Amino acid sequence: MADFTSGFWSIYITVLTLLSIFGCGLLLWSQSRHKVVLPVDPLAATSITLDAPASAVAQVGTTGHVWDGDLTELNTPMPRWWMWLFYITIVFGLVYLVLYPGLGSYAGKLGWKSTGAYQDELKKADAQYGPLFDKYLQQDIKIVAADPQAHAIGERLFLTYCAQCHGSDARGSKGFPNLTDKDWLYGGAPDIIQTTILYGRHGQMPSMAAALGTDKDVENVAHYVLSLSGSTADPIKVIFGKAKFGSCAGCHGPGGVGNQALGAPNLTDKIWLYGGGVETIMETINKGRNNTMPAFKDFLGEAKVHVLAAYVWSLSNEKSNLYEQ
Amino acid sequence: MNNLAPPEAVIKMYAAREEIYPREAKGRYATWRWICVWLTQLVFYGLPWLQWNGRQAVLFDLGARKFYIFGVVLWPQDFIYLAALLIICAYALFLVTAIAGRVWCGFACPQTVYTEIFLWVERKIEGTRSARMRLNKQPWSVARVIKKSAKHSVWGLVALWTGFTFVGYFTPVHALMAEVSSMGLGPWESFWILFYAFATYGNAGWMREQVCKYMCPYARFQSSMFDQDTLIVTYDKTRGEPRGARGRVTAGAQSLGACIDCSMCVQVCPTGIDIRQGLQYECIGCAACVDACNLVMTKIDAPPGLIRYATEHAITQRLSPKQIRQRVLRPRVLIYIGLLFLIVSAFSGALITRTPLKLDVIRDRGAMGREVEDGMIENVYRLQVMNTAETAHRYKIAVSGMPTISMASPDEVNLDGASSRAVPVRVRVDPKSGKAGSNKIFFTLTALDDAGLQVKENAVFFVPK
Repeated sequence: MADFTSGFWSIYITVLTLLSIFGCGLLLWSQSRHKVVLPVDPLAATSITLDAPASAVAQVGTTGHVWDGDLTELNTPMPRWWMWLFYITIVFGLVYLVLYPGLGSYAGKLGWKSTGAYQDELKKADAQYGPLFDKYLQQDIKIVAADPQAHAIGERLFLTYCAQCHGSDARGSKGFPNLTDKDWLYGGAPDIIQTTILYGRHGQMPSMAAALGTDKDVENVAHYVLSLSGSTADPIKVIFGKAKFGSCAGCHGPGGVGNQALGAPNLTDKIWLYGGGVETIMETINKGRNNTMPAFKDFLGEAKVHVLAAYVWSLSNEKSNLYEQ
Repeated sequence: MNNLAPPEAVIKMYAAREEIYPREAKGRYATWRWICVWLTQLVFYGLPWLQWNGRQAVLFDLGARKFYIFGVVLWPQDFIYLAALLIICAYALFLVTAIAGRVWCGFACPQTVYTEIFLWVERKIEGTRSARMRLNKQPWSVARVIKKSAKHSVWGLVALWTGFTFVGYFTPVHALMAEVSSMGLGPWESFWILFYAFATYGNAGWMREQVCKYMCPYARFQSSMFDQDTLIVTYDKTRGEPRGARGRVTAGAQSLGACIDCSMCVQVCPTGIDIRQGLQYECIGCAACVDACNLVMTKIDAPPGLIRYATEHAITQRLSPKQIRQRVLRPRVLIYIGLLFLIVSAFSGALITRTPLKLDVIRDRGAMGREVEDGMIENVYRLQVMNTAETAHRYKIAVSGMPTISMASPDEVNLDGASSRAVPVRVRVDPKSGKAGSNKIFFTLTALDDAGLQVKENAVFFVPK
């Protein structure tokens, strides 16, 4: 950091920039008048291109450059407005550097910042769309969910902010819950969905291997868990596993129906967050699971989350599909 | 060697512009130029006011990134058409230049056209060439101030109207008109109207030939398209020289050539050159000198055409007009015509067969593929569907490419005219019917009311190992 706070580079850039600008100006000024040798020497005159109008040669002379033996370059003056354009450009550059950042760490008289420009854009967008979101914020989530425009906005918000984890179709993937079914870790009521999005969730299952005992015990419990959902399991292992399930009942309940206050999944359905095979369940028991859903309150604001919650709620509560508006 | 130093002089490397007072040219080519002025300006000023399907017929809506050109709506994805159009314009320019020199410059270039309009205003207010020269030499007087301010006011009005029309191509012109009359213009609209007006005023009023001589890149490379059979405005040296003033005598009957050195050709020249010095890069091929010289030749009872459109070969080899025409179709011209024909056919073919429906397939990256009931594998895609037609349509989504492939989500979608939306879809496959890893599949979108309205896009289906 010292490099950036010492001021050396700032001064270096400032000096370099100003020297370049003044150097250009000096070059322009010094080159606007020029001493030339007039071609009165008969020897020199023969080297002048024959097609060039004699009057032009007499007026402006040549640069003295000769190609192919007889091709010479006339020293025809440039138009003067061109020179003025260069001077205007230099003045413009200096004025710009006074008003806007450009000279090292100097911030410019207008105090312009790229982050400020971004904030302005955001403010403009909020001013434009804010009233619409505020209108929805006043409405009950179920009413918002029935609004076709809100549904379309919600879909776009979902595709932008939620689809990375939950998928474009909201059906999730391994470790990321499916939002289109009726199975909820924390509850599927509109206000609970809203709370989940606003504040995020942190789902934790500790490793239960030590509490259960041996590897054999873990396998037995896994088979018992499978049997809870009606999946195929070894009946002997199920009996042994059931005896050990007490350690799990604290969170998942004695019958394994889960606890939405804790975010403990219901084990009696066929919906699995990480997969419904013996191997996966054993892995879960052995290593535990740690899941985070980030909080969106500060990032999106309550009004957008309200519309988003309505959209998510509608996914599992409406006959109408994603494509109709 | 003597000790005398060679004479030196200090010259200024930048010279002030010398005012050119072009005399009004009257004749065949001047008439053609005015026809071009009228045609181009009727199109430019009139086009934004035309309506089509309840909207502006030609509108380049930069904000919505859609270009409306009568029945066609172009999206950013159609950028290739713009490129093709520019290539066509370039080749057309090459072709025209190879055949007839800088006729574009002299007759249709906006710089020429607006200069012509501005010169007309100047002539109406300040008078003829000699009157204008006298006026500028006069000390400032009330009459001069009135004339000058009247001229600049009219120039300003024409320029402002031009700027307004220009912006009318990018923002609906009727709304713009209302904004102007209620003084409620947005900052960018005001800026561009004033900017374009200023450019028109400056270029056509003040810069004039300086634009052609120093700014225009085309002037610099036009010579590479010229050859000795290219039509150029040319002075027939053998007939004209030696030039000199003389009475009304039949040409050729005395030692002097046909040129009476009246300098009319120089006076009418908008770039201030003397065409009798031969082909020069400043010559924009406007043929004002042809008109002027023909008028003079008629007056002295000499045949016209001392200055005329001719080729270099025509002058040196004394070719007849018929022989000139026979030399038009030379290899270079034939190649230009061939290329132009190819590109125009490809362009119009592509434009006619263009499907006003576009599809982008984006595969969800979060999950490679998930197992669902009955051991089927499901992949999720986001279809970006763009209805580039102006009418709403309902489309059927179909998948193909693997034996058991099917859509697991609703397979129909509604889209308004000129709109786009992202549609999440799920596709299911029996893993036994494909190889582990990537499998090529296709999405097909077909309008339910028009089977010809169809696009097919390939994608990848992933079967986990």
